[in-house]
Amino acid sequence: MEENSAQPRKTPLFDAHRALGAKMIDFGGWMMPVQYATGIIDEHQTTRRAVGLFDVCHMGEVHFKGPRATDAVQRLVTGNVAGLPNDHAAYMVACYPDGGIVDDLIVYRIDRDHILIVVNAANVTKDVAWFRDNVGTWCDVVDASDETGLLAFQGPQAEKALQPLTEAPLATLKHHQFHLIATVAGIPVSIARSGYTAEDGFELFCNTAHVPMLWAALLEAAAGVGGKPVGLGARDTLRLEGRLSLYGNDLTNLTTPIEAGLGWVVKFEAGEFIGKQALLKQRSEGPTRKLAGFVMVGRGIARHGYPIVDEAGNRIGEVTSGSPGPTVGKNIGLGYVPAAKAEAGTKLLIDCRGKLIEAEVVKGAFYRRPSTSTSTERKP
Amino acid sequence: MSGSYPNDLLYTKDHEWARIDGKVATIGVTRFAVDQLGDVTQVDLPKEGETVSQGDVFGSVESVKAVSDLFAPLSGKVVKVNSPLGESPEYVNEDPYDEGWMIQIELSKPDEAKALLDADTYQEFLRESAE
Repeated sequence: MEENSAQPRKTPLFDAHRALGAKMIDFGGWMMPVQYATGIIDEHQTTRRAVGLFDVCHMGEVHFKGPRATDAVQRLVTGNVAGLPNDHAAYMVACYPDGGIVDDLIVYRIDRDHILIVVNAANVTKDVAWFRDNVGTWCDVVDASDETGLLAFQGPQAEKALQPLTEAPLATLKHHQFHLIATVAGIPVSIARSGYTAEDGFELFCNTAHVPMLWAALLEAAAGVGGKPVGLGARDTLRLEGRLSLYGNDLTNLTTPIEAGLGWVVKFEAGEFIGKQALLKQRSEGPTRKLAGFVMVGRGIARHGYPIVDEAGNRIGEVTSGSPGPTVGKNIGLGYVPAAKAEAGTKLLIDCRGKLIEAEVVKGAFYRRPSTSTSTERKP
Repeated sequence: MSGSYPNDLLYTKDHEWARIDGKVATIGVTRFAVDQLGDVTQVDLPKEGETVSQGDVFGSVESVKAVSDLFAPLSGKVVKVNSPLGESPEYVNEDPYDEGWMIQIELSKPDEAKALLDADTYQEFLRESAE
């Protein structure tokens, strides 16, 4: 398939989404459901309460294969790839030499000679070119995005609803661990305990051809526990409440992981990686700006691109994400501000279409799910 | 959908409606607008006593995903505001023509109503826009 064709691409579930009453939008070059018939807030709450089923087939899957695969990936990403056990995944970023972010990624270690990286849909072409340019002959870089489907099954009832469909033990599968070879409803899949909703849940990889069957089986399983399909609109509010970054908004080639509050995914001791020197320098000097999380104090909703201003009305930063937080019950957002303004409790002013609305910086995630015994929540 | 666009209302191409009763018009947004907006989470309206002019922005509606301006279908002085929308903006989604009304104005230029669309013409406009 052509990556740069003018027409947005369709996942194998395009017709299924339409049949479910989805409103479709162009997202990252893909026609994706932004919401189904009952709307974003209902889908959000359903995921927090029961389970939500997400089509994330637009995401890219890139395999690194060969005897030096681990070394090759280690050079590309900020995390500790060599230290990752087989069948474990970790959230990392890839950086440019100046520390700007190429993409944020989930790195799955299948074994020393085989690493899988899941990348953002809009970045597949860019990432694959960057990866190939920088691994040289160390290993093969295989873009399997077209052949690989990905569905996310997220929420507190996810394990209960999924276990009857698979022989793979889920209770013992910890956060960011995966079963490489399993079946769900008879369909060959890989099952990872991961997601982008700040809930417990799973992401299931399968062959593109099997996606409609897997979707149908998961839709039925979801319905059995009061779950339903969930679109990109609620995916965004869910991830924002969990303070999970969105590439293109909160992370770009002009922001570094240190500025973005992702210092915890930069493992300087892991080895040499692209951007390390710039990030070391920034860490020792301290970043001049930081990504701050804020709640709106005044009546207003911050949106991507709204200016953040000081008392005198001078622009000091910009909102990168903002929306109502249906579970936290407040309007929330993220934005870059001077480092001194990123401390919890600091009052900010958001220029909401000409009206200056007060916001207050808060530390950490806006929402944390009740802890469970089977998995550990990742930072922040 | 029948009933989506009541016959006793007048409509604008910006997807507001007006229900004229003598010198007073009640104003809100149409079912089409609501479907496009998705879940409404905040409605910002003028205060009683302020004046609005046909075609000008008189307020805004925030949904989960976006903010949209409201354009006055007619000119006049605001005599009543649907204040329960402050606490319950979802009324706009649930019942855009009744509980979800937004403002009532005392018309200063009643003749402006001639520029508005009746229900059939508005639905024709929606069909053309969709093509």
